[in-house]
Amino acid sequence: MTRFILRRLLQSGIVLLGVTLVVFLLLQLVPGDPVRVALGTRFDPETYEALRSRAGLDQPLPVQYASYVGQALTGDLGVSFRSGRPVTAIVLERLPATLSLAITAVVFALLVAFPLGVLSALRSGSVFDHAARVFSQFGVSVPDFWMGIMGILLFAGVLGWFPPSGYVALTEDPAGWASHVFLPAVTVGLVTASILTRFIRSSVLEVLAEDYVRTAEAKGLPTRVVVVRHVLRNALIPVVTVVAVQLASLLGGVIVIEVLFAWPGVGRLTYDAVQARDYPVLQGAILLVAALFLLVNLLVDLLYARLDPRIRVR
Amino acid sequence: MSGNGDSTSRRALVALGRDPLAVTGGVVLVLLVVAGLAGSWLAPAGINEVDVDRMLQPPSWAHPFGTDELGRDVLSRVLVAARVSLQVGAVSVGIALLAGVTLGLFAGYYQGWLDNVLMRCMDVLFAFPVLLLAVAIVAVLGPGLSTAMVAIGVVYTPIFARVTRAGVLSVREQVFVRAAVATGASDLRIMRRHVLPNIAAPLIVQTSLSLAFAILSEAALSFLGLGVQPPEPAWGRMLYDGRGFVTDAWWLGFFPGAAIFLTVLAFNLVGDALRDVLDPRQLTVSEARRNAG
Repeated sequence: MTRFILRRLLQSGIVLLGVTLVVFLLLQLVPGDPVRVALGTRFDPETYEALRSRAGLDQPLPVQYASYVGQALTGDLGVSFRSGRPVTAIVLERLPATLSLAITAVVFALLVAFPLGVLSALRSGSVFDHAARVFSQFGVSVPDFWMGIMGILLFAGVLGWFPPSGYVALTEDPAGWASHVFLPAVTVGLVTASILTRFIRSSVLEVLAEDYVRTAEAKGLPTRVVVVRHVLRNALIPVVTVVAVQLASLLGGVIVIEVLFAWPGVGRLTYDAVQARDYPVLQGAILLVAALFLLVNLLVDLLYARLDPRIRVR
Repeated sequence: MSGNGDSTSRRALVALGRDPLAVTGGVVLVLLVVAGLAGSWLAPAGINEVDVDRMLQPPSWAHPFGTDELGRDVLSRVLVAARVSLQVGAVSVGIALLAGVTLGLFAGYYQGWLDNVLMRCMDVLFAFPVLLLAVAIVAVLGPGLSTAMVAIGVVYTPIFARVTRAGVLSVREQVFVRAAVATGASDLRIMRRHVLPNIAAPLIVQTSLSLAFAILSEAALSFLGLGVQPPEPAWGRMLYDGRGFVTDAWWLGFFPGAAIFLTVLAFNLVGDALRDVLDPRQLTVSEARRNAG
């Protein structure tokens, strides 16, 4: 297990280094001078020189990259071209909003997908199974922002049950937070639920065909015991991976939903940074999300290897 | 090896013809292609005909999908926007297919350090959520249809590289490949004539599913104002422009979104049917279930 952990850590480290290179190169790809582009009409020579020097743009490219990685390791992702504030602080301020939305969406998705996926597999070929498959096909095909717009129209416009957009911090007003998170979380959660339903269904179907399940049935064990003890325990191991990957991708992939619902998370920050051409903030947000994505994947792999020893020897 | 490719295509076509969902998906795709090619002629009104007297009119016989905040006919704009979606799907998936297949072929065929370097590069691209990376690329290169297509092509390249590499690894040890090596055929010829036709099936499936995701990604980029720029109509952009009026004019949000949904659904239905016949793992699952039953 130690060798497996070390190998995965090394792999993740190499990929993370590659991620920093891609994020660093983004700034180099900006046509023209990124600081001048960002300052636009607010250009003045003093601010321009200060920002260029602070971003290290007056140095040769390899030196810039080495310094970028070195500073990133100490948590310094530069300063915003717009506000002059440290990027790390700006991005971390937005993280709780994104985390609360992503976690709520995944919890909602699991509440829908787990019973749907398991029952659909246990009753394979039934009307229920067909309905679950239609739901899952619908979910993977529907644009989440369209569903969000329809949700706003129905629940905020027609019924007036939930606010159409906005954010209240969970720590300040839990009830206010719940009413604001409902529409975006359900929108994101339904799409995630459709992916999970499909996966849980096929995972349960695969385990149902295993010899040990047939043996358990042949022993005369009640169906409930066979399903809970033998089928679900084994079928849900790969599901852990998919749930975690979904959660990780939601941390950075809900830009559109955060923009639609004016949810002040990392996705909205990324969008605002793009609009303002605040490249250090854009780089910082992307780097943080990619690093989180890698971290979650690493943790899942380690957990997976712990749950299923066969993984370690592959 | 062309015989193998022919039988793969034939099997795929037969399967598509027998699957009612795939046929439905296919019909929607044909209609989409017709709208894409002839949208300008089919449109009942000009896509940029502004008329302030007809602003935000609900659906009627004169305007079946209503009018937008500038009095333009929504049906005409939805029809003409089909071309953009088709174009984005074809070009961006074309870029991803070309780049991914080339990289995957070389990585899988030569293995060793080249495989390691190329696949670690693909891992790096995989570390970014798809839409986030596309947004970053468009943000840097500037918004517009061309950059959106390049960005979507780049983010979908790794999946094609992985699918290709996996296929090459299983095919390169086959007897017919070793025989081709023994006859002195060049590596490029072996890859083109013997390896590629034998890994076509998973690539066809991946292409069909990627078309759906590419169209969704373009719609998301346009919804963020980073894809197609006005006045050219695009479904995502129409949703973006109409979102401020959605509680007063539901049709502005409904019809462009429904067009995206139907298109993506059609590609997914066809892709799923293709996967059922071409991906042996899927067959194993259903067969296993039948055995268990």
